[in-house]
Amino acid sequence: MGLKDKLHKLKLKYKGKKMAPAFNAIHTFLYLPNETTHSGSHVRAADDLKRTMNTVIMSLLPCLIFGMFNAGYQHHLALGEIQAVSGGFLSAEFWTLDNLIVGLWEVLPLVVVSYGVGLAVEFVFAVIKGHEVEEGYLVTGMLVPLIVPVDTPLWMLAVAVVFGVVIGKEVFGGTGMNILNPALTIRAFLFFAYPTWMSGDKVWVHGAVERANEIAGGAQLDAISGETILGGLAQGKEILAQTASHGKEVTYSIADAFYGFIPGSVGETSAILILLGGLFLIFTKIGSWRIMVSAVLGALIMGLIFNGITNAGWIAESSKFYALMDLEFWKHLIVGGIAFGIVFMATDPVTASQTNKGKWIYGFLIGFISILIRVFNPAYPEGVFLAILLMNVFAPTIDHYVVQGNVKKRMKRLKLKTA
Amino acid sequence: MAEVIEEKVEAKVKEPKEPLFSKKNRKLLTDPLADNNPITIQVLGICSALAITAQLKPSIVMAISVVFVLGVGNVVISLMRNIIPSKIRIIVQLVVVAALVIIVDQVLKAFAYTLSKELSVFIGLIITNCIIMGRFEAFALGNGPWKSFLDGIGNAAGYGVLLIIVAFFRELLGSGTLFGAKVLGDPIEKTGLYAIGYENNGFMVLAPMALITVGIIIWIQRSKNKALIEDH
Repeated sequence: MGLKDKLHKLKLKYKGKKMAPAFNAIHTFLYLPNETTHSGSHVRAADDLKRTMNTVIMSLLPCLIFGMFNAGYQHHLALGEIQAVSGGFLSAEFWTLDNLIVGLWEVLPLVVVSYGVGLAVEFVFAVIKGHEVEEGYLVTGMLVPLIVPVDTPLWMLAVAVVFGVVIGKEVFGGTGMNILNPALTIRAFLFFAYPTWMSGDKVWVHGAVERANEIAGGAQLDAISGETILGGLAQGKEILAQTASHGKEVTYSIADAFYGFIPGSVGETSAILILLGGLFLIFTKIGSWRIMVSAVLGALIMGLIFNGITNAGWIAESSKFYALMDLEFWKHLIVGGIAFGIVFMATDPVTASQTNKGKWIYGFLIGFISILIRVFNPAYPEGVFLAILLMNVFAPTIDHYVVQGNVKKRMKRLKLKTA
Repeated sequence: MAEVIEEKVEAKVKEPKEPLFSKKNRKLLTDPLADNNPITIQVLGICSALAITAQLKPSIVMAISVVFVLGVGNVVISLMRNIIPSKIRIIVQLVVVAALVIIVDQVLKAFAYTLSKELSVFIGLIITNCIIMGRFEAFALGNGPWKSFLDGIGNAAGYGVLLIIVAFFRELLGSGTLFGAKVLGDPIEKTGLYAIGYENNGFMVLAPMALITVGIIIWIQRSKNKALIEDH
């Protein structure tokens, strides 16, 4: 008797009891159900919720694997143990076993904690409420480790996951009923609760925090600086230059930023892999291309406006907003988390606008507001998660007005016809 | 509003004299503490609950102030209820609250100056606390002074209890202190809990977390007492 039958027997045995949803969840997660629907209408389609979620996870996997290598690479690079990449995306300096081992050691616990705690909360709620465990956490659990700094303490992540899943999702009625994207709720909680772990120049490179503590304790070591490009730009440094250098002044080339060899949250750095993931989502019709395109447009337009302001000389070069305003508009897309946010967060079908016209407005405003926050918030120059959460709140309103507008238009047409 | 009319009608009927702490009167006092709590059930007075609950001490002072203002105010309004022309009753009520709030403010300034600085504008803003005007309108205008007094004390205490619960969690988790005493250890010296890597939750001292804490209390209360869940 295989595991499948055993689970099925357990399920039948506990039917109607409190633990039933838990067995059922494990059973349907691992296998096809033993029974099919007996009555009512049948839809034969392959794209159920689980398939949808798996597709998103597949599109995220390259980012996760790259993030692991990058965690190790940034660590070794900061310690001066290896040379910077020189040969494009497939540089031998980057894809080494050493890098992967450090990355696995650092990133895998984040993934385990995220899934472990999140699914535990889901199971508890399913048992209490007596409904089935929902698949909703599968994608969230994968997104969470990708949008936090690599050195995030695990207990903080656990607290944030509990908060995000309970307050962000379960209180509204579980998967599909949430107003805010749970992964971003978790990120926002971490940012507001423990800001020292979520911003600054120490948290993005594994080991930098410990090193700083040791130096503070009197050890004779070189400090590691690993600020993100946005952080550097916000302080007015020329961190994004034509050529990369890792001497006294660290600079990154545009190719570095595009390929993702830069410090940042685990999965957000590689624009090229995010682009591939986005194309995969569009190709499989899981993600909305309207949201992605309009968000990119919104970001570019806001960037252009700021470029126009600096070109016209309306703002003094000494202003603390100048450096980010002066960044060429298209470079905004390859630094920071905006690409990741647009492709994987803004397109969340539950929290985004549902109508096609609404999706254009929703996406556009996400891009637009992201850059706005990024420029005018030098203390924490990353606005995309705030912008998406804000637009999550407004998505139902946008939909309402789109639908009402359509109703009005049709009424008018009807009147014309009957008149 | 249905409640308002009901209570006014009830008052018009001449009742036989009842003891000071009859069952009904006791209910006036205890109901607002739990099953008819002004914050969690009537959802009044939220603004001040957000503003001053980051720490326990100001919350307790606030609670005491509101107990005083609402208790005395309810009695005053109740005594004047038959001579207040209904067209200008809001103005009369405002004058009464304002007078009482100024007394509280002056007393605080005289005897607890630092605390009054801490609470700053929020003592003055008791005037606009919806619970006070709400109880004047809904109860004091239609009931005798003793009942109004009990109702005022009860509602203000219900408000104060919630304030203190919220402040307890916000101060403990947000600053790691209770009444300013470092109960979890010293975050800078790294003693106590902080030695093993614990850190204060900065989100707890921000206003949104007060709202979420109130929300969680409402959630717990309603899941314990299903009768409180509204139909929708």
